[in-house]
Amino acid sequence: MSEVETLSDTRQMNMIEAINSALDVMLDRDPDVILLGEDIGYFGGVFRATAGLQEKFGKHRVFDTPISECGIIGAAVGMGAYGLRPVPEIQFADYIYPGLDQLISEAARLRYRSAGEFVAPMTVRSPFGGGIFGGQTHSQSPEALFTHVAGLKTVIPATPYDAKGLLISCIEDNDPVIFFEPKRIYNGPFDGYYDKPAKSWKGHADAQVPEGYYKVPLGKARLAREGEALTVLAYGTMVHVAQAVCEAKGVDAEILDLRTLVPLDIEAIEASVEKTGRCLIVHEATRTSGFGAELSALVTERCFYHLEAPVERVTGFDTPYPHSLEWAYFPGPVRIGEAIDKIMQD
Amino acid sequence: MTADRQDEGSNRPKLSLHVPEPRYRPGDAVDFGHLNIPPAGAQARPDEVCEARETHALADDLIRVLGDDDRAHGPWDPRLSPDTLRRMLREMALVRAFDGRMYRAQRQGKTSFYMKCTGEEATSVAATHALAADDMIFPSYRQQGCLIARGYALTEMINQIYSNKGDKLKGRQLPIMYCSKRLSFFTISGNLATQLPQAVGFAMASASKGDSRIAATWVGEGSTAEGDFHSAMTFATVYNAPVIFNVVNNQWAISSFSGFAGAERATFAARAVGYGIASLRVDGNDPLAVYAAERWAADRARANGGPTLIEHFTYRAEGHSTSDDPSAYRSAEESTGWPLGDPVTRLRDHLIALGEWSIEQHEAQDAELDQMVKDAQKEGEKNGILGHGLHHPFHTMFEDVYEELPWHLEEQAAQAIRERQIKWPEEPAQ
Repeated sequence: MSEVETLSDTRQMNMIEAINSALDVMLDRDPDVILLGEDIGYFGGVFRATAGLQEKFGKHRVFDTPISECGIIGAAVGMGAYGLRPVPEIQFADYIYPGLDQLISEAARLRYRSAGEFVAPMTVRSPFGGGIFGGQTHSQSPEALFTHVAGLKTVIPATPYDAKGLLISCIEDNDPVIFFEPKRIYNGPFDGYYDKPAKSWKGHADAQVPEGYYKVPLGKARLAREGEALTVLAYGTMVHVAQAVCEAKGVDAEILDLRTLVPLDIEAIEASVEKTGRCLIVHEATRTSGFGAELSALVTERCFYHLEAPVERVTGFDTPYPHSLEWAYFPGPVRIGEAIDKIMQD
Repeated sequence: MTADRQDEGSNRPKLSLHVPEPRYRPGDAVDFGHLNIPPAGAQARPDEVCEARETHALADDLIRVLGDDDRAHGPWDPRLSPDTLRRMLREMALVRAFDGRMYRAQRQGKTSFYMKCTGEEATSVAATHALAADDMIFPSYRQQGCLIARGYALTEMINQIYSNKGDKLKGRQLPIMYCSKRLSFFTISGNLATQLPQAVGFAMASASKGDSRIAATWVGEGSTAEGDFHSAMTFATVYNAPVIFNVVNNQWAISSFSGFAGAERATFAARAVGYGIASLRVDGNDPLAVYAAERWAADRARANGGPTLIEHFTYRAEGHSTSDDPSAYRSAEESTGWPLGDPVTRLRDHLIALGEWSIEQHEAQDAELDQMVKDAQKEGEKNGILGHGLHHPFHTMFEDVYEELPWHLEEQAAQAIRERQIKWPEEPAQ
């Protein structure tokens, strides 16, 4: 099965370059795609995700906005009603809250309440997650707020290849999508060992990205590692952390990179847990009512008779994201290792 | 460094919190003498593409066309043909007849909820006449007049109010939350003021495409306190968006008088001044003034002159909704004593003064419209009333959440249908 619809040369890209490339491809392919957000125009974005796009496509397609998340999302809903396909950027996921009423009450429900007459084919891009000494308001992982909202899709890539392919799928999707970009892995696959030198995407197999148009389908998980002993469910940065810990501990884990949280690839999860009999869920977000709770409940409900140990969740603590104690907060190798030991006991 | 408390030891009074209080509560006699109501025709009419600041005097004034003599006066007279005036009158009277019958239908238990717009018919009907048919309307919940002015079928409205099997919105929405893409009438949301930045976004999209469509949005004065109002005004001015903000100041937000939205200190039109947006304040019960202001703003938007805010100064003559009893918080004399009168009566009397209408014609028309609404109601009731079983199939509850049903919604749909079969085993599955 090839997900690459247009064969083109591949190039080494980090995640930012892959996202930039996806936006470039879609601006070029579809005249209804329009980009808006704080600092995204002339300057090219605080993370450079939109660098060069205003110059290439013009100020009517790619432009800066006032500092108003409510205005950005609200305007995007109106643009969708006109027939455009807006891709608004929220500079940090921590700052998406002023736009929540527009996302939850409006974008998510537009199709339903109008019985399909109006839709919100928008993709809200936003950097999320910690591990960068971002403190309380540059580190949050609020995905559970969105997975709880009927009508929204939530997508989180873990590699440059997926970031581009998933983002193109999101932009073409006719439902509103929250596209969270794990900013800790913009430049390299962070494995949780913060005290070792940072890695770059250079030479990584998933950093070879086609220059042209291709899609990675929504609602399909990626098998990051095949294994027999344990199923690990993760997304974003934590896919790499979990993988490194399993390798360090010599556990033959099957690691599923969920990629899309809603709609979830339940078949892949069931098949894996039925095979391994054990399930570990890892996310950076706080624990209580986090998306891990939903995953744990689903696995328990649907794979109960295959389970050989209780489902374990490794998450951030139920505190605001701290600055100085970041690595005590972050669900890193020690916490994941302890959970693996517990789950593999019997 | 700690600054010395400068009031220590002084005889300055203690701070006091000001909590606004309306002039008249239940039982109070009403005197509207404090309202500054200028004579009709006295307001200047700047060019449509003037600088926004040239309109700012109008933010504290009140544009009026119809005088006490029932004649049109001054530069804002839109000089509409008698046919257009008669059409506007008919539609306003139809809105009123519709409101009356639907209010009774709610009281008879045929539906759960209704909201009238009595006294505010001009702010939607006359304004809609000033727009092109495909200009996008982003309404609040009290602009049924926009739909009626665009010729929406009464039976469709009633089907929606009854949430019956004919309801185009499949019974998903609370009554009166209409939607018609065909008539460029955006889906109504229960969340106040969300439509304002959406209207701006639509207008920005139209401008970015080099189109000629504009957006017009309506909001009550109470909802201007929402943050979305500020976001929308900022975006509109930044991008010079072709959008019209209609603020219907009907004096009341449920039980809160307009003072709780800031009316004690400034008009709602004056809000636009600080954003650099053109502002007009009109007699909202004067259909000619409402038409003229809306037309001015539409022409301005279409000429790339940018956004306009229009405050329609009017009065909510009835309760907020069928769930509200206004006698619990305001004087019963307010609606009868409102000094700007009734928009339907004023337009009727203008047409009579022109020799283009008569009381007999008006009464005959009222009877005809009442029959028309009655017939539409009968037609709608064939599709069922709320709670009597003639609703859409259970599976439709799960459709349109997304473009396609994901697995979890398919599972839940199967459950809902199974529950139905358990409860009513004799009925066919649907």
